[in-house]
Amino acid sequence: MTALAEALRAAWRDPRGRTGAILLALIAGIALIGPALLPDPALQVDPVGAANLPPGPGHWLGSDALSRDVLSRVVSGARVSLAVSLVAVLLSVTLGAMVGLVSGYLGGAVDAGLMRLVDAALAIPRLFLLLLVLAAAERLALPVLILVIGTTGWFGTARLVRAEVLRLREEAYVRAAEALGAERRRVIFRHLLPNTLGPLLVAATLGIGDVILLEAGLSFLGLGVQPPTPSWGGMILDAKPVLVAAPWAGIFPGLAIVVTVLSANLFGDALRDAVDPRGA
Amino acid sequence: MARWLVRRLAQSAITFGVVVLLLFVLMRLAPGDPLSRLQDGRPMSPEEIAWTRKLYQVDRPMGEQLVSFLTGVGRGDLGNSIAYGLPVTTIIRNRLPATLLLGGTVLLLNFTLGLWLGVRQAVRRGSREDRWLTTLSLAGYAIPSFWLGLVLAWAVGVKLRWLPPGGMTNPLLSADAGPAALALDVAAHLILPALTLSAVTIAGTMRYQRSAMLEVLRLPYIVTARAKGARESAVTWRHAWRNALFPVVTLFGLWLPLLVTGSVFVETVFVWPGLGSLAAGAVGARDYPLLMGTSLLAAGLVIAATLLTDVAYSLLDPRVRYS
Repeated sequence: MTALAEALRAAWRDPRGRTGAILLALIAGIALIGPALLPDPALQVDPVGAANLPPGPGHWLGSDALSRDVLSRVVSGARVSLAVSLVAVLLSVTLGAMVGLVSGYLGGAVDAGLMRLVDAALAIPRLFLLLLVLAAAERLALPVLILVIGTTGWFGTARLVRAEVLRLREEAYVRAAEALGAERRRVIFRHLLPNTLGPLLVAATLGIGDVILLEAGLSFLGLGVQPPTPSWGGMILDAKPVLVAAPWAGIFPGLAIVVTVLSANLFGDALRDAVDPRGA
Repeated sequence: MARWLVRRLAQSAITFGVVVLLLFVLMRLAPGDPLSRLQDGRPMSPEEIAWTRKLYQVDRPMGEQLVSFLTGVGRGDLGNSIAYGLPVTTIIRNRLPATLLLGGTVLLLNFTLGLWLGVRQAVRRGSREDRWLTTLSLAGYAIPSFWLGLVLAWAVGVKLRWLPPGGMTNPLLSADAGPAALALDVAAHLILPALTLSAVTIAGTMRYQRSAMLEVLRLPYIVTARAKGARESAVTWRHAWRNALFPVVTLFGLWLPLLVTGSVFVETVFVWPGLGSLAAGAVGARDYPLLMGTSLLAAGLVIAATLLTDVAYSLLDPRVRYS
């Protein structure tokens, strides 16, 4: 655990890591309290009928084709995007760690079988996996969407953790624990898992950016977050037919995606260099 | 070597086999019937429904469906598209050239411009240019391809009218315009989608080239080359880059999924008549056979690319051990 705290400290000392962390905290803060402060409920259609207004007083980022305030929707979208990516990444990292630990420690047929599955799953681009599953659903509830995204993202993590475990398995303290008669479960959770937390944290941080992009892409294809829940990808989809009349309705949610993903990746990059200094 | 090659080939074949199984299971695990969209806007009689179910073989037991799917894949038959009513392989063949043109252009861009920029960064490590290029390439990774495409189509295509905002050819161009004019027309349509797809994928090439180059630049033989009085450009390109190129090229198999995913969005935004927009369209129409076909092709490409680069690497770099 101390190694992990040290890595976090090193990432904070890195200007990239600090920029990313501060921006992420800022975005998370806005997502948490922003919707309460904004006058216009994001879902409510403006009764006056002020569609496609350019940015200005009243609508600081303009209004969309349905007279909705773009700023309110971008802020509410942050909440959705962050929630989806956090839960989905947590799910996939947990799954990946479990499979990697079991596969690497048990070895043999279990390992061979799991790794063939991982090889195959990694060969299919994740978007196609999601398209196949999501195409059938009529209107997907948010928790189901999160579940589906989370369960298609653990293959890389599993392979990563397995490689770590194969290395750690030969370490003297693991051998010693086994010789002292420690149960498999104890070896896995007490001795192996804590030493894979560094790479896991890096994978999770970099995974957040990936999932935000993926969710936005799915929503843009109409398969992700369903209206009227505001999501950045869905806003860009809504803005597409009126982009000439109201470019702001499509440009600002996209900028929100870029800033959020960039912050997560900056922090993840600094963290990776702190955990594994090669290639910095 | 021969034994390694055979094992590597077998491994790829097994992976592809598992991919086929996985895709079938995923499609059937998914909630909802593959044919549920057929009735959208047009109610069908029970006889019609039964007939259609029979036509697409979804009325048979799961095991039987799997067997017929597997034998179909073995024969190179991916079934018929629900939306188009044509064999999936025919549709894919018609759409393949456009995707190859776009993907090839992007690969060319990434492997020339991207490698060159990565080498420059490594040589000027820590400089202002290096930091800016790192930030820029990271930003590229963070941009949703569909958004960048829309913004470019709007700004360059609609506002400035410099380039066509979508499509692959100008339908108003007469057919007897001559090959040069036709090629120029396609090239003009190609610029925006290729730039978009390259901008969001080039970061990988740049970053790996940079770190591979840094790795090599700290080796003793570089010091020797400098001590012998070789020009700095010769040290960079003839001595260092030669050894820093292969590690980057071998990651080709890793980047391909990124390119395939990006092409789904970029082709959709720019109405590019390739496989990416085909797959996106198949989702909307719930055209499962078509979606399966494109997914299978994408996975097959990734497996083949990984295999090819592995083999090329072991042939070209004698330091690689076959184990």
